Amino acid sequence: MLADTRIARRENVNDAGLEGAEVSGRSPVPFSNGLRADVRDLSFWYGEMQALKSVTLPINDRQVTALIGPSGCGKSTLLRCFNRMHDLYPGNRYKGSITLLPEGDNIISSRADPVLVRLRVGMVFQKPNPFPKSIYENVAAGLYVRGVRKRAVVDAIVESALQKAALWNEVKDRLHGSAYDLSGGQQQRLCIARALAPNPEILLLDEPTSALDPIATAKIEDLLQELGSQITIVIVTHNMQQASRISASTGFMYLGELIEYGETDQIFQAPKDKRTEAYVTGRFG
Amino acid sequence: MVATASPSDQPSREDKISDVERVIARSKRIDLVFAAGGVFVLVIAMGLLITLLADLAADGLGRINYDFLTNYPSRRPASAGILSAWVGTSLVMLVTAILAIPLGVLAGLYLEEYAPKNWLTMLVEINVSNLAGVPSIIYGLLALGLFVYGLGLGQTILVAGMVLALLILPVVIVATREAIRSIPLGVKEGAYAVGCDQWQVMWRYVIPTARPGILTGAIIGLSRAIGETAPIITIGALTFIAFLPPSPFQAELPFFNFDWLSSPFTVMPIQMFNWVSRPQAAFHVNAAATGVILMGMTLAMNAIAIWIRFRLRRRFRM
Repeated sequence: MLADTRIARRENVNDAGLEGAEVSGRSPVPFSNGLRADVRDLSFWYGEMQALKSVTLPINDRQVTALIGPSGCGKSTLLRCFNRMHDLYPGNRYKGSITLLPEGDNIISSRADPVLVRLRVGMVFQKPNPFPKSIYENVAAGLYVRGVRKRAVVDAIVESALQKAALWNEVKDRLHGSAYDLSGGQQQRLCIARALAPNPEILLLDEPTSALDPIATAKIEDLLQELGSQITIVIVTHNMQQASRISASTGFMYLGELIEYGETDQIFQAPKDKRTEAYVTGRFG
Repeated sequence: MVATASPSDQPSREDKISDVERVIARSKRIDLVFAAGGVFVLVIAMGLLITLLADLAADGLGRINYDFLTNYPSRRPASAGILSAWVGTSLVMLVTAILAIPLGVLAGLYLEEYAPKNWLTMLVEINVSNLAGVPSIIYGLLALGLFVYGLGLGQTILVAGMVLALLILPVVIVATREAIRSIPLGVKEGAYAVGCDQWQVMWRYVIPTARPGILTGAIIGLSRAIGETAPIITIGALTFIAFLPPSPFQAELPFFNFDWLSSPFTVMPIQMFNWVSRPQAAFHVNAAATGVILMGMTLAMNAIAIWIRFRLRRRFRM
C-alpha cells in the first residue's frame, strides 16, 4: 500500500513538473529545472578512514549530473550514499545531509529507513548484475517488492521500461529466457530497465559502461542522453568524453572533496580550479 | 616485417630463442611428470574402490531378488530378507532430511548474513566446523542420554532421525555458508538496490542462487548418515524386526498420521552388521547383497542431486 501511494505521488510530481517547466527535448538547459536533491556538508567514513569531506552539491531535476575524478577520489562513495548502499556493511558512518526535494526528507539521517530510501532511488552498477532469473522477472523485481502484482500492470510497466532502456526489440520474443543469455551490453541495459521500472525519483549510475565494448557504450550513452530530459540522473564516470557528451552539470572530486561544480561546458572549457583544469586536460598526477 | 629477416643475420637473437626453448621444454617436462603422477595415484585409488565394489557385487548381486526385498529377517538365510531394514532406513532418512536441511540452511544463512561479527559468532563458527569431526558414536551417546532417557522418546525412528540430523547438521551448515559466500556480490547489492529488505533478498535471491551448493551439501550429509551404524546401535535400535512401522497413510481424514515416528525399527547397516557376525556363510552372502542395495540407495541419492543441480544450472547458467 505504502509503495502504491509512493508511486502515485511520484507521478503527480512528474506531472506538476512537466507543466511547470518549459524546457523539454534533448538539450536541457542547466540550472533551470529546480532541485531534486541537495547534498550539504556530507562527510563519510569507512571505519576510521574518511572518504568524503564535507561535500556540498545540488542535484538538478530531470538532468544528468556527472561526477568525475581520479580513482579513489570518493565519487563512487558519494553515489552510494544516495541509496544508503553503505549501510550493508558494518562500521560505515555518515554526517551531514542529503535532502530529497520537494518532500525535504534527509535520506541519510539515522531515522530514514534505508529500504524506503532504496525504493525511491534506483541504481545501476559498474558490472552488469542481472539476477539469475528471466528477463521479465529481472525488470519486474522492483515492482514485486513494491507490492505491484497485477499481471496486466506488471506486463505494461515491464514493456515500457524495456522500451525506455532501448532493449525491447531485442528481447520481446524471449522475455522468459534467462537474463544470463544476454550480451554484456544488453545485460547492462536490462539493469537500467530494472532500475527504471519502478519510476525512481533519482537514478544512480556507477560507471555503467566501464565493463562494456565501445558499441555497447555508445548505445547506453544515447540512452542516457534521451533519459536525461525525463528523469534525474547522477552518473559516476572515468570517461571524460562521456561526461561531456551526456551531462548538463559536472562535479570534479579529488581526495574526498568536491573541488568544483558547474555546468559541464564550463567545467571542461573554463575550469576555475587548477586541479580541475589539470584533470580535464589529462595532465593529472 | 622484422620476423621475415633471415635469422642467420642475427646470431645473438637465435641464441636467445634457443634459451627460451630450453626453459619451455623444461617446464613441459615438469608438467608431464606431474600429470603422469596424477594418473598413477588416480588409478590406484579408483582401482581399490572398483575392486571393493566388484567384490561386494560378485558376492551379493546373485542373492538380490523380489523375495529378498519383501521378506522379513529369518533364522533361515535362504528365506531372510531386508524389508524392515530398507523401510526403516528410508523412514529414518526422511526424518533426518526434514530436520537437518531446514535447520542447517537457516543456521548457515544466519551465520553468513545476519550474525554480527564478534567473538561469540567467531566461537560458534569455529565450533560448527569442529562438530563435523566429532566421532559419530559420541552423538549416539548424547542421543541415548538426552532423547531416549532424558526426553523419554524411546528407541524409535524419530530418535534415530534426530541423532543422524545432529550428525550431519555441521555438514549442511558449512555447505550452505560456502554456497552463500560464492554468490556474486553484484546479485546481492542489486537486490538491495531494487528496494528489497534483508529477508526478501535472502528468500528471493540468496537462497535460490545458493540452492545447487546447498543441495550438494545436504546430499553429502545424507550419504554419510545412511551408512552410519554406531549412533543407531548406541540408541538401542533392534537387530531383529519382523514387522513394519505403521503406515504413514490412512483411509480416513487427514489421510496421514505420525504413529510411525514412535515405532521400533532397524536399518540397513545394522542388518548387515547382524548378518556379518553370524557364523553361517549364507548370511554373509545376505550381508553382501544388503551392502549392494545400500550402495545403490546412496548412488541413487547422488544421482538425484546431480540431476536437480543440472536442471537448475541449465535454466540459469552462472
